[in-house]
Amino acid sequence: MKRKRSLAELRGATSLYAAMMAIIVGLLFGLIILLFSNSKEAFPAFFTILAGGFTDGSKGVGQVLYNAIPIIMTGLSVGFAFKTGLFNIGASGQFTFGAFAAIYIGAKWTFLPPQIHWLIALLGAMVAGAIWGMGPGLLKAFANVNEVIASIMMNYIGMYLVNMMIVKTVYDKIKNQTKPIAKSAIIPKGGLDKLFGANNLNIGIFIAILMVIIIYIILQKTTFGYELKACGQNKNASRYAGINEKRNIVLSMTIAGALSGIGGGLLYLSGSGKYLQVLDVLAAEGFNGISVALLGMSHPIGILFAGLFIAHITVGGFNIQLYSFVPEVIDIIIAAIIYCGAFALLFKSILSKKASKPVEESKTSDEMKKEDN
Amino acid sequence: MDIVYFLAQQTMFFAIPLLIVALGGMFSERSGVINIALEGIMVMGAFISIFFINIFQDTMSGQSLLLLAILVAGTAGGIFSLLHAYASIKLKADQTISGTALNLFAPAFAIFVARMIQGVQQVQFNDTFLIKKVPLLGDIPFVGPLLFQNSYITTYIGFGIALLSWVIVSHTRFGLRLRACGEHPQAADSVGINVYKIRYAGVIISGVLAGIGGLVFVVPTSTNFNATVAGYGFLAVAVLIFGQWRTNRIFFAAFFFGIMKTFASAYSGVPFLKELPISNEVYKMIPYIATLIVLAFSSKNSQAPRAEGIPYDKGSR
Repeated sequence: MKRKRSLAELRGATSLYAAMMAIIVGLLFGLIILLFSNSKEAFPAFFTILAGGFTDGSKGVGQVLYNAIPIIMTGLSVGFAFKTGLFNIGASGQFTFGAFAAIYIGAKWTFLPPQIHWLIALLGAMVAGAIWGMGPGLLKAFANVNEVIASIMMNYIGMYLVNMMIVKTVYDKIKNQTKPIAKSAIIPKGGLDKLFGANNLNIGIFIAILMVIIIYIILQKTTFGYELKACGQNKNASRYAGINEKRNIVLSMTIAGALSGIGGGLLYLSGSGKYLQVLDVLAAEGFNGISVALLGMSHPIGILFAGLFIAHITVGGFNIQLYSFVPEVIDIIIAAIIYCGAFALLFKSILSKKASKPVEESKTSDEMKKEDN
Repeated sequence: MDIVYFLAQQTMFFAIPLLIVALGGMFSERSGVINIALEGIMVMGAFISIFFINIFQDTMSGQSLLLLAILVAGTAGGIFSLLHAYASIKLKADQTISGTALNLFAPAFAIFVARMIQGVQQVQFNDTFLIKKVPLLGDIPFVGPLLFQNSYITTYIGFGIALLSWVIVSHTRFGLRLRACGEHPQAADSVGINVYKIRYAGVIISGVLAGIGGLVFVVPTSTNFNATVAGYGFLAVAVLIFGQWRTNRIFFAAFFFGIMKTFASAYSGVPFLKELPISNEVYKMIPYIATLIVLAFSSKNSQAPRAEGIPYDKGSR
């Protein structure tokens, strides 16, 4: 038992090392870009990026947490689908659909008791996102439509449909965006705004963390999660083992959609002056989710930290505008980090080959028995 | 009749870039490498070549400048795609990793460089490339106005690329090897084909075509480049899958989508459609919904390259 566990732990540790290596190389690449464009201000700007939210003290940290909420959710959505062998490139549409449902319920269903209004709006977002994710899942399971193409189509359909529904229901004509939601639909702050001095932060961050834990439990501790992962790794073998592959594809995409939908709800129910614009542009949060999932190596806990990290340096990127730099430097750095993830795999395999030997040898069977008890 | 001509000319602006980029994707995927980076490569190709036009438009203009810009775009795309090739062939990494990285990198790079050099992120250019009427061919009744008036040279290049792709993939030794590497690389290797080399070639061709596609998309539709190709790279991936990885089907898929898209954006020019009480957004949704419906009925037998997305490892069975 112990040997297995220690190997798993080792694999986790090497993943962490690999991710750290990727981050360091990515950051150095960013530094080179900065040096190349303006060598005088490069170092102060670089340290501003590293400091991220900490530059503005607790308020900055609050901002980081607030920014992390939606991308943790879309990252979780993409990562969960990855684990089950599906590429959910449709997080963008699911996110937007969820956001609209939340805003609609938040603005229109004022007959609800104020204590639960925001919760219902958030549940609405979850259901809307789930429906939008279920579409490609059904198409994949029953008509063999590639989920990538179906998700891309659903992104655009969702965007146009939401634009249409906004104009018909909760439209602010002058600003070309959604109307503000009712006060009771705003997610409670839970004192976090005072604690951090950041007006935007609310208990949404706890909801996001709760979702991370739930997804972790589903994937690691339940038969259902095991079946999903088995389908992802070898669908023929899992079908042979009696796993209902079609059902799992649909459920997996539905859950992924629900997670993105919650992300949309959490962002637009925060009451921080965020409104859904009527524009023909896909929500960036969905595509950022792919980055977060890859950086977090599709592991729920990894995704949580990847989301926090990206939010952290994004705030840093906002701050480097004080110098002569544009915030897009951050995207370049994130791209470099993700790209280094490819090298990391190589690094990881070398490391685990080297490290696994002494561990196996050092454990005698007696020791193992002891530790099992 | 004028409406028909107008719609046909508009269709080219949507369909040709999709066609070129999707064909590029085909070369990569038929060799066994998924290329989700098409969007980023398009942005990179468009950015470098539009910048090239921006610099040289004072000394040159017209078709020669555009042709040179196409060369630049192809070169830029090809070089940029090497990053994807290296990670997914040499490092055997998950092919979505480098694809996503490239997609993220290209627009950020375009904005960063443009703002560092010229202060604003939009790169302006003068459109001196429109061909009012092709000599001789433009005078043919019906076909002339349909295909050879108010067009760009890129349209004919697009058709040329389609024809060439078909010949290369289906009728040359290289094409056969390309397909073998995408279907069963071990078998290809066993008869002495260098799988890595062929896959590199596939990805680089896809990069060249995607880079050209980026320029071809921007030139007719705008007079400045704003670090985006409006999701056309992802749509090209969709067209590629829709076209079942086959040249002729990709051709029809690109035009199916292009025609749908043209109706969606030009319906207000058609009096009968304009009268209908249907929201603008519904028309915009039609191309995507139509594609989904067609796919739902036509995907039962997917013909994806069998080894697609699997890094080739000489040692594995």
